[in-house]
Amino acid sequence: MAANVIGNFFRRIFFRIFNQKRELKLGFYGPPNAGKTSLANRICKDFTGEEIGSVSKVPHETRTVQFKEKVEISYKGKKMTFKMIDTPGIATKIDYEDFLKFKMKKKDAKNRAKEATQGVVESIKWLDDMDVVVIVIDATENPYNQVNLTIIGNLVARKIPVLIVANKVDLKKANIKKIEAAFPEYDVVGISARYGKNLEEFYESIFKLGKKL
Amino acid sequence: MVSKRKKNLGKIKGFSIQFLPYSEIKKLDSTERIRKILGLVLGNNIIILQGKLEPDEEARLIEDTMAMIGHVKNFRGIELAVIAGNGNGGFFGRFRKNLVNAIAGSDTGAVTIIGPATVVKEIKRNPKKIELLLNG
Repeated sequence: MAANVIGNFFRRIFFRIFNQKRELKLGFYGPPNAGKTSLANRICKDFTGEEIGSVSKVPHETRTVQFKEKVEISYKGKKMTFKMIDTPGIATKIDYEDFLKFKMKKKDAKNRAKEATQGVVESIKWLDDMDVVVIVIDATENPYNQVNLTIIGNLVARKIPVLIVANKVDLKKANIKKIEAAFPEYDVVGISARYGKNLEEFYESIFKLGKKL
Repeated sequence: MVSKRKKNLGKIKGFSIQFLPYSEIKKLDSTERIRKILGLVLGNNIIILQGKLEPDEEARLIEDTMAMIGHVKNFRGIELAVIAGNGNGGFFGRFRKNLVNAIAGSDTGAVTIIGPATVVKEIKRNPKKIELLLNG
């Protein structure tokens, strides 16, 4: 990890000295079903016309890391190019029986659970490669979830800038103040990826973080 | 009513709660720490660990847990929660805390709870309290 931090540091210095434009690796992390793919889809659709992956009510729909390269985001006359990296949801437990509740066959549920465990490992491995990370949290859920804290702890240790997105603010149960209180040291942007609500503030925050690199 | 309650109580299979002082893992490297913790969890223990793991150790614990699901019969993963003291002690408070942590080798004021997901259904927490919900 130390070698990676040093490597990232020198890469940033190099690009600053030569003022070279590069593609920033923007990762979407968070627990399952928080809306990572929905948000990545929304951005990709707006700026490339294509989606990055499928979404579902069944947890662990994204089980492998998905990319979309050269996504040029324009905001208030400024442009930045990103490599969008949508990651599988990180969890500490995966029980195939949970998938049976969604009328899935036992064999399929077991297969999904197996792929989901591999997806979690893949997500964690990718942490080292990110330039900026968006942590997507379901605003209707308790934010004091250890997965969120573990991801943030690892990003801080790697000196990777973080933006916290409170998704699903269109729902009545959403409580953005609770999320802000849980993460007072970070910018929290409330959005609805499903309805494209408040994405302007999201883009502004991403540009702010991108400029610091 | 009484018989129903007795029936539900009977569903909780044997488990134990084990306190693990930080001194027990202080001299272990990351691999050994995680192996020790997962070994205890697989023995149906809920561990109350004094202190907390490093962020990369927490990530490694999750990775190793995922690798074990599907390979160990009836293992579905873990429930994990870290309760750390808040950092509202001002500059000198934080300085003192950091100094104590540096000497101890970890934030020994923190507590980490780790249990098997088959026993611990959920660890509910907010800044002021923590609730351990067990599978009935």
